[in-house]
Amino acid sequence: MTFVIAVLATLALVNGAAAAEQIQAQACDVPESLMPAASDLTRVSNEIKDRHRLNISVVGSGSSALSGPEGARFAYPAQLERALKERLPGNEIKVTAHVLPRQTTADMAAGLPKILSDDQPALVIWQAGTVDALRGVEPEDFRTSLDQGLDAIAAAGADVIMMNMQYSPRTESMLGVSAFADVMRWVAEQRGVVLFDRLAIMRYWSDEGTFDLYAATNGYAMAHHVHECIGRALASQIINAAHLDDGKVQTTH
Amino acid sequence: MAMVSPPQAATSERDLRLDLFRGLALWLIFLDHIPENIVSWFTIRNYGFSDATEIFIFISGYTGAFVYGKAMRERGFVLSSARILRRAWQIYVAHIFLFTIFMAEIAYVAATFDNPLYAEEMKILDFLKQPDITIFQALLLKFKPVNMDVLPLYIVLLLLFPPTLFLLLRKPNLALAGSAVLYACAWRLDWNLPAYPNGVWFFNPFAWQLLFVFGAWCALGGAERLGAVLRSRAVLAVAIAYLLFAFAITLTWHFESLDRFVPGWLADWMYPIDKTNLDVLRFAHFLALAVVTVHFVPRHWPVLKWPIFRPAIVCGQHSLEVFCLGVFLAFAGQFIIAESSGGPLLQTAVSVLGIIIMIATANLVSWYKAIEGRSPQSRVKTPDADLAGGEA
Repeated sequence: MTFVIAVLATLALVNGAAAAEQIQAQACDVPESLMPAASDLTRVSNEIKDRHRLNISVVGSGSSALSGPEGARFAYPAQLERALKERLPGNEIKVTAHVLPRQTTADMAAGLPKILSDDQPALVIWQAGTVDALRGVEPEDFRTSLDQGLDAIAAAGADVIMMNMQYSPRTESMLGVSAFADVMRWVAEQRGVVLFDRLAIMRYWSDEGTFDLYAATNGYAMAHHVHECIGRALASQIINAAHLDDGKVQTTH
Repeated sequence: MAMVSPPQAATSERDLRLDLFRGLALWLIFLDHIPENIVSWFTIRNYGFSDATEIFIFISGYTGAFVYGKAMRERGFVLSSARILRRAWQIYVAHIFLFTIFMAEIAYVAATFDNPLYAEEMKILDFLKQPDITIFQALLLKFKPVNMDVLPLYIVLLLLFPPTLFLLLRKPNLALAGSAVLYACAWRLDWNLPAYPNGVWFFNPFAWQLLFVFGAWCALGGAERLGAVLRSRAVLAVAIAYLLFAFAITLTWHFESLDRFVPGWLADWMYPIDKTNLDVLRFAHFLALAVVTVHFVPRHWPVLKWPIFRPAIVCGQHSLEVFCLGVFLAFAGQFIIAESSGGPLLQTAVSVLGIIIMIATANLVSWYKAIEGRSPQSRVKTPDADLAGGEA
């Protein structure tokens, strides 16, 4: 009898531990449909395969950063670097963030040539749209700036991933982002560029109850966790689009 | 009096289809204005290029010409223009009233919501720091928060309406051609009105006037002139084919995996489908919808008098009141959903309740107008069409 109980208890424990691990792993899953491998990151793929290194530049505005103590360590660019180092061991990974608040897409497009020559990145992650929506930039001008920046990146021979805005339900009635999201989606499709659909991914997390994005808080716990999940999802998208199957169980699949 | 001159009463009888579809459009605009509303999956914007705004603007042009055209013929340019401008003023006041409610909502969110994740997005609330500039810009119709774009468009359309109507009554085809030229200029020369803090109007009045003037043109005899075209089977077939095409394209927006079935040349030619400047594809989609509707819903169809359509018709007859209420209810509903992190159940409840409030209010307005002797029913009897102006 005691034996049976012990076995049952052990089983329960093992089961529980496995379940806990699974919850951890599934904490911020992103379904594959939200991260379509629309095009290939050939430059990234070559860098890793031939030179075992990867230089990434993140260009963006306020929503690519976090304030507060150690904000830079917890924001998604740093989280992306950690996730990639973990999943692509033996490669030299470096993520440089060029994040300035209040930058419009036109500002960033103008600054891109210098970043490209300074960093020599194999991949640029370009987060855009929020400041343009805040300032009421015309969607047509927004598109022109995107094209200009993407031309510069292509001329420098780097791969690119565009990232759209955050899903922000509490400011949705005041800040209209959908027109800008449409432009980014359209530009990505036109040019065959990978779009990291942060808007749809965060909305999915909100719908699934992964995060309560309506919550009012001045603590950093949730912001850190969201950025960690974005960093990991980005790592997955890079690995998928560059066909660098790391042979491990992918946490975000 | 109706007994004395039955033919006139018959021609001036209101086309119930206009009220019905305008009422439905008002409901759809309300549903679409609540972000993340599961019920808005039923609205037409998910099944084709155009949405309820096109219906609303077209019917407003149609009824405007119907009411003010009669007044202009019978009582002259000055008097009818004065009434049109009074209507524009009423809409302006309504817009400012809605803006006040919007400010209250924003101020509340600014005072209660905080999250370091959204430090950047919260900057949209910065305009509260300069109320002097913001309120002034709102009074000039340059500052128009999200979802508050339709009424300013309507105001500009009405301000331009007296001369347009004058021309429409004399040379209808010339007026329509002029409207089309203005539309083309808006596209070619990037004409639009400036907005605050920068950018341009979300609904470009120089483009959207085409729909309004086309509605007016139809009301002043254009519909009869188009009769042969509308009855043609070939036109109906083309319209249905186009609606199916638009439906197939919108499907690819909702299911990204279907995207690859859209050929590159088609996407290049088609996208972006511009709402600001009333894309030709949207206009064509509205025309196709109108052709199909006119074909399957005849004007004197007894079914239109069924009680089940009554609520939408009443809403359509009091469009200004119901439209403003809809914008307010969308704010309020969205606020409730956000405050309680509500799911599909709450979204459905808010949507249904909102429409019930719209119907109740429309009936209340009807009742007020009846006791003041200016209901749509009494309009037929009274030769004083002036009082009907409230519903254009």
